[in-house]
Amino acid sequence: MDRDKRLPALNAALGLIVLLLVVQMWLLTATLEAYLAGHHGAALPGAVISAILFAACGCLYLFIGRLDRKPRRD
Amino acid sequence: MTPPGDGRPAAWREEFPIGEGDERYVTRRQFARFLVLTSLGMLVGNLWILTKSWLRKEPRAVETTIRGAAALPVGGSTVFDYPETGEPCLLIRRSEDEFVAFSQKCTHLSCAVYYAKDSDRIECPCHNGFFSPRDGRMLQGPPPRPLPRVLLERRGGELVAVGMTTGSEG
Repeated sequence: MDRDKRLPALNAALGLIVLLLVVQMWLLTATLEAYLAGHHGAALPGAVISAILFAACGCLYLFIGRLDRKPRRD
Repeated sequence: MTPPGDGRPAAWREEFPIGEGDERYVTRRQFARFLVLTSLGMLVGNLWILTKSWLRKEPRAVETTIRGAAALPVGGSTVFDYPETGEPCLLIRRSEDEFVAFSQKCTHLSCAVYYAKDSDRIECPCHNGFFSPRDGRMLQGPPPRPLPRVLLERRGGELVAVGMTTGSEG
């Protein structure tokens, strides 16, 4: 990938991580709220979805790292 | 120092910059790492909730006689500990025969609530959160949930607390 395409890809990956993080923050507050209200059934799905979101963030981070490590041609 | 073959500065310079300006410079990769660590923090939070949920003990059916309930005037209120000492609850006498009791901890930030007879509502003085004395539901303010209700039973002349419901169970 040349530099012209690499920069938007990096920015898009960063933007996606931020988006996933916002969803994860909302998920944490919603799960905590449900737990404090006595609805314990929400804890497991909340943790599973949070783990999936974290894995997606991790993959995007690896993608950014790999893209950043590629030798530049310019 | 000679930069590596791809023209980028050595890796150690990214972590330990020499120039003052470089110290405040955050690369995309560093920013992404910070975001991923934050994401890990969120996951740990969710796992903590899950662990607490799994390890939670079922509340014991404790029965406690509330002393002084009969002497309470109509519209009066008093505080008693239930189900354990240090867990204050609010007992309200709404009519000659009707008693209601709720946890005294506000569901917002655990301030102690009190019964305001004039306005006939339970009030939290910290952030003006109001609850209904009939069923403990929120009327106004920041509290997110109803007050947990203490289940009461009359046994002869005595009033006995026999259980507790979380506010959302109704």
